[in-house]
Amino acid sequence: MSESVAETAAIGVKEFSCFFGQARYLKDINLDVRRNEILGIIGPAASGKSTFLRSLNRLNDLVPETRVEGTIEIDGKNIYAPDVSVVELRRRLGMVFATPVPLPRSVYENVIFGNRMAGMKKRRRLEELAEESLRQAGLWEEVCDRLHSSALKLSGGQQQRLCIARILALRPEFILLDEPTSGLDPISTMKIEESLRRLKEDYTIILVTNNTKQAARIADRTAFFLSGELIEIGPTEKIFTAPECSKTNDYISGRFG
Amino acid sequence: MYLNPRIEQKAVKGILWLFTSITVFILIFIVVFILRKGLPVVNSAFLTTNPLDMGKSGGIFSTIVGTIALTLMAILVATPLGVGTAIFLTEYTFETRLTRIIRFGAECLAGIPSIIFGLFGFILFVTKLKFGWSILSGGLTLAFMTLPTIIRTSEEAIRSVPASYRQVSFSLGSTKWQTVTRVVLPSALPGIVTGVILSVGRSIGETAAVIFTAGSVLRIPTSLFSSSRTMAVHFYVLAREGISMSNAYGTAAVLVIAILIINLLTYYLMEKFIRKYS
Repeated sequence: MSESVAETAAIGVKEFSCFFGQARYLKDINLDVRRNEILGIIGPAASGKSTFLRSLNRLNDLVPETRVEGTIEIDGKNIYAPDVSVVELRRRLGMVFATPVPLPRSVYENVIFGNRMAGMKKRRRLEELAEESLRQAGLWEEVCDRLHSSALKLSGGQQQRLCIARILALRPEFILLDEPTSGLDPISTMKIEESLRRLKEDYTIILVTNNTKQAARIADRTAFFLSGELIEIGPTEKIFTAPECSKTNDYISGRFG
Repeated sequence: MYLNPRIEQKAVKGILWLFTSITVFILIFIVVFILRKGLPVVNSAFLTTNPLDMGKSGGIFSTIVGTIALTLMAILVATPLGVGTAIFLTEYTFETRLTRIIRFGAECLAGIPSIIFGLFGFILFVTKLKFGWSILSGGLTLAFMTLPTIIRTSEEAIRSVPASYRQVSFSLGSTKWQTVTRVVLPSALPGIVTGVILSVGRSIGETAAVIFTAGSVLRIPTSLFSSSRTMAVHFYVLAREGISMSNAYGTAAVLVIAILIINLLTYYLMEKFIRKYS
């Protein structure tokens, strides 16, 4: 099995380290992300899971004095190579943040923001994209009659699904989610998890979560991070029933973190 | 000293209320005083005819034109320079020693008396660059005088735009410039406009820097190189030389009303803009 899996790896992370100034936030991470899986990443606060996620779309570049070692390859191409267009890269890896951040404009303008920035002008196409993306994110029914009113007026859960729709409009290959439901109520959380299960058909999803149960519910494989290191990665069932490392066991059984 | 919290609460509220009333009273007193003395001479003829006899009779039309020309010139130069500098300082550099020096410099510049800007403008623009007493010299001088205000207020406004907006914008594949123009500036606009309005007010009301650089000729300016007199300078000359106190107050009344209208108009436009963007 492992042979064929290696071939379909969509993202290959090799000996990857990330530094902010002198401090090392990620230490020699090695892992593969497979196409059309949901990879859950769990770990306590400051374990490097968000840093890892932000390394994938190079959002850490915005932080002064960031330095990386090792490589992250997407389709065999190192995304830290000097000739890589960061703007293009970020369109391929859509990111959803912990707190929903609708931009101060209408629902419609939020959804197609990325497309507008990419220079798309055809109104028909933009409208189609907006509707499709909102449907995929499971938000269309709720907002179709107020596409042109402010996105800031939506509820928290709706805003987060809007943020998902906004990255779907760019037709990315990967969806990176950084604790997407940490500020939401159980019902909104459930709706988002439903959307993610559906989206898995077409996208590869990496889900950082503080809620281990969420990883258990929807991740195909789960990785456990601790103080900037990858402790263990494997099928979710295995991680949650028979982890190889005692630290993993301690964390998921709630003994720390 | 121990005070019963309830009494303390009441006393503080009373004192703050008193301070606020004093401020408002002074403001109202000045405006009412000027309007009562000035409005009687203000009519359509006063606004549309040129001064005669050095301003003893006639209207103030040429000085209105001069004021508008000079202020426009100053704002058109200072706004792009100031906002551009603020964007550079906040978005294009990380906080370093250099940015701190630039900011410190801008702050010091803001504290320099306007007459010194006038002298500087006179030496550089009027004599050295041979622009003469003109709208150009005066406008550039006023631009430099108001630049620090625009830089500082714009910087504050840009800085207060949530970092998460930028993050989202970048994560959706925007370039830096797109992020600045489509996300940051629209959110920062109310603050930036406040700075620009403050500068408009200072430019309209400035006398010392203007006399040195734009002169005080009473004709209607016809080009950037015409010398011109602003309403504020006109008021100063009329009052200082005792030419006509009633016309001086008339000019002052027009000035005050003009500033009031500019403020109201801007806030109205701003409201419309904010409603569109949120």
